[in-house]
Amino acid sequence: MNQTPIERAGAGRPSFKAYVTGFLLAIVLTVISFALVMKGGGLPYWAVLYGIFGAAVLQILVHLHYFLHLDASSAARWNMLALLITLFIMLEFIGLTLWLMFDLHYRMM
Amino acid sequence: MFGKLSLSAIPYHSMIVMSAVGGALLITVVILALITYYRKWTYLWKEWLTSVDHKRIGIMYIILALVMLLRGLSDAVLMRSQQALAAGTSFGFLHAEHFDQIFSAHGTIMIVFVAMPFLVGLMNIAVPPQIGARDVAFPFLNSVSLWLTVAGAFLVMVSLGIGEFSKAGWSGYAPLTELPYSPGTGVDYWIWSFQIAGIGSLLTSINFLVTILKMRAPGMTLMRMPIFVWTALCTLVLMILAFPVLTAALAMLTLDRYLGMHFFTNNLGGNMMMYTNLFWLWGHPEVYIVVLPAFGVFSEVTATFSGKRLFNYTSMVFATIAIMFLSFTVWLHHFFTMGASPGVNIFFGITTMLIAIPTGVKVFNWLFTMFRGRVRFTSPMLWTIGFILTFSIGGMAGVLLACPPADYVLHNSLFLIAHFHTMLITGSLFGYFAGYYYWFPKAIGFTLDEKWGKGAFWCWLIGFYLAFAPLYILGFMGMPRRMYHYENLAWHPWLIVAAIGLAVILIGIVCLVVQLITSIRHRQAARDLTGDPWDGRTLEWAMSSPPAVYNFAKTPVVHDIDAFTDMKEKGVAYQKPEKYDDIHMPKNTGAGFVNGVLSFIFGFAMVWHIWWLAILCALGMLLLVIVRSTDDDIEYTVPAAEVERIENLHYRQLASAAATSRFAGGGSVPEIL
Amino acid sequence: MTTIDASSAGEFEHPDTIANQAYGFWLYIMSDLVLFGTVFSTYVVLSHNYAGGPTGKDLFHLPYTFGETMFLLFSSASYGLSMLAMQRNRKDQVLMWLFVTFLLGLGFISMEINEFYHMILEGNGPERSGFLSAFFTLVGTHGTHVTFGLLWMVVMMVQAAVKGLTPPVQSKLIRLSIFWHFLDIVWVGVFTIVYLMGVM
Repeated sequence: MNQTPIERAGAGRPSFKAYVTGFLLAIVLTVISFALVMKGGGLPYWAVLYGIFGAAVLQILVHLHYFLHLDASSAARWNMLALLITLFIMLEFIGLTLWLMFDLHYRMM
Repeated sequence: MFGKLSLSAIPYHSMIVMSAVGGALLITVVILALITYYRKWTYLWKEWLTSVDHKRIGIMYIILALVMLLRGLSDAVLMRSQQALAAGTSFGFLHAEHFDQIFSAHGTIMIVFVAMPFLVGLMNIAVPPQIGARDVAFPFLNSVSLWLTVAGAFLVMVSLGIGEFSKAGWSGYAPLTELPYSPGTGVDYWIWSFQIAGIGSLLTSINFLVTILKMRAPGMTLMRMPIFVWTALCTLVLMILAFPVLTAALAMLTLDRYLGMHFFTNNLGGNMMMYTNLFWLWGHPEVYIVVLPAFGVFSEVTATFSGKRLFNYTSMVFATIAIMFLSFTVWLHHFFTMGASPGVNIFFGITTMLIAIPTGVKVFNWLFTMFRGRVRFTSPMLWTIGFILTFSIGGMAGVLLACPPADYVLHNSLFLIAHFHTMLITGSLFGYFAGYYYWFPKAIGFTLDEKWGKGAFWCWLIGFYLAFAPLYILGFMGMPRRMYHYENLAWHPWLIVAAIGLAVILIGIVCLVVQLITSIRHRQAARDLTGDPWDGRTLEWAMSSPPAVYNFAKTPVVHDIDAFTDMKEKGVAYQKPEKYDDIHMPKNTGAGFVNGVLSFIFGFAMVWHIWWLAILCALGMLLLVIVRSTDDDIEYTVPAAEVERIENLHYRQLASAAATSRFAGGGSVPEIL
Repeated sequence: MTTIDASSAGEFEHPDTIANQAYGFWLYIMSDLVLFGTVFSTYVVLSHNYAGGPTGKDLFHLPYTFGETMFLLFSSASYGLSMLAMQRNRKDQVLMWLFVTFLLGLGFISMEINEFYHMILEGNGPERSGFLSAFFTLVGTHGTHVTFGLLWMVVMMVQAAVKGLTPPVQSKLIRLSIFWHFLDIVWVGVFTIVYLMGVM
């Protein structure tokens, strides 16, 4: 029980390097997203869409790893499991919801 | 100053309502007078209202559930009576507006204020000791959850005498619940009572998830946990993932009603079907939330009263987990007829049928547990057998409904009502009654009268069949739900039988009340001296009845499933430890109770648009949280000497019980002292 | 999981409060994720329900949104620096970085309130259409969370200043950190799905 509160909370040992790396990656990914939409006039719609979604997903992973210290270590295992189950159920909720709502819209509106 | 509130909010014109209000007020006054006469206010405040002890909180939850059961049953009596009378030229004694409020209140109360508190109460009583823990992870939060639920219940009760309740059913579909179609206060009462209780449930799920995952006794791996804890765990995952959807849906409806937004309105870009989707996204997991803990009780009861380990523990666990995941994938079956294309309906129809399979696995496991066991037909066992038989029939009705073409004929008919009441009554309620009887001695210290318990069971079982078998038939005959009057006289005889069935159920309720009163009168003779009245298999039976505030003087070490049976077989069940340590327990606090009161007033103020009061209460709750967070002095110590004194008392009781051979189940006399 | 022998039973007499508090808060965040997911789905379903009113293209200014995003992202970084200072037990630096985070967060909220204010003034408030109801509610729910975070930050600055970096104070700062970073994650979703897609 000689751990610091941060370690007891399962957040590993945060480092300055991790925060700087995460911060810079996040900035780059944000700029990419905004640039795709603001300057990507010539690109097809789907390319821009996948681009901004891809950048968003990557940036979320950056936040989760560099800021929230989520990794495969045993300290974070229960956090990881909770997150994965939540994301799985959410993806399923949202996916099925969008499918059925657009199906209903097509048939009923 | 008082928003929309005025004296005209009191429903003077309705004799029935005013007598109900009068009756409720009378009972309240009598109770308050009795407490005053016996000078129990200080005791009540210090020992119960401010308690953060999971055992006390569990008892209070169950008291709430039982009281609200009586209210919900009164609604049922009114509905059954009305339908037994209002055929053809007769219109009964309720007009449509009143009838609509009754069925809306009935559903809301039974799900939110009977089933939820009952299962949370049983979890509070059983889960921490079953995992060998001293308390839940967040005792104060536990108290907050309880009083939020009570606040919600009070809001529903107050709606009887001040204003009206919702007429839009317990599911509150848009656009009926939007302002143009429900301008009164009814829907607002429904929204706020539901929302406030929902927050309480969400906080409970967080609390118990951390408790189960992080506070198990050493050696208790996940696959050595009692099955009730497993079903609790899966229930909690369902709660934490489903309740936020309800919170969001109700919040958006609130925004529509209060700020004129257009989420679910039928103009300016609202999408009414989205409400239905979101409500049932929550609503389906909710019915599994309500049934899984009951399944857990049945597992514990079957194993204990068959004198055998539960058959195929592993498959039971995986079946429960399968039910948990599948229950997130079926919700559209509540609105097959809303107009989705065949592909969508088929997908959800298949998932709905799939979910019957793991339940079937559980039924077979219970049957195989009983097979070649030495079955004792105590009342919990009777509730279990009644459940297995009847729930299977109702479940088959469910598989029929899962077929979209069949559902097109049967949706919103009495067939549906019969199906889900079979699930809820014989599934959830029978399970809770079994758990109530099973854990009552542990929580309170004496056993309940078995004779009256059996009487209650038989009345409920027979009454249930009389009340609901006709409804299956009426569904096939085409009778829709929620009718206050009907022209088709062929339905009439069946509805009379159903009313008789409810009367038999009411006799069952009387049996339960008499059981409680009789048991209290004879409590000295029925005292549970050993803490183990049933020859139990899990750790809660190792504690005294009622338990010490700290549950276990020494945290037990677990080596196998059915940890207590394991300890008894090895002869170490009642070993006295060499020395005792100081134990740290959380201090009682009134903050949870005060927060509950503030939330009730907040809800009331929001219903009646008394903005200054609502803001004041909201600020009050915020301040409470901030002040509580600055308080570092939230624990007290039970000194080792005091622990020793309490434990020695328990050992003396065990010795006297051994002397009079009061150890249940005829097992080996434990080596004590 | 792992087997534990009887001799180590003593360690389990005292639950690890800080670990439990952090995990409990993480679970609350999971429930909040689902809440936001619900509001996001509703937004997507209503995203073209303009009811003859303005669309995202008419209303959103991406450079403005980029500015808001930078305020929030920088505030995440400054909170991280506060946590590093907490790890080194430097109360003065913890307070300083908390204050910087607070100011940056306040900047974000001010920009958002300003955006809402102008939209409402022009008659494009949440009661105009389903799309606008969903927009104001999704962005507003996020903003409300941020506001509560700011309030919490003030409370923590006071507590840390008065009591020092006691274990309970540190535990609360850790939970606020989880909250703050989580809100930045939700914002990534908001600017992608609402603003960027709204303009495409």
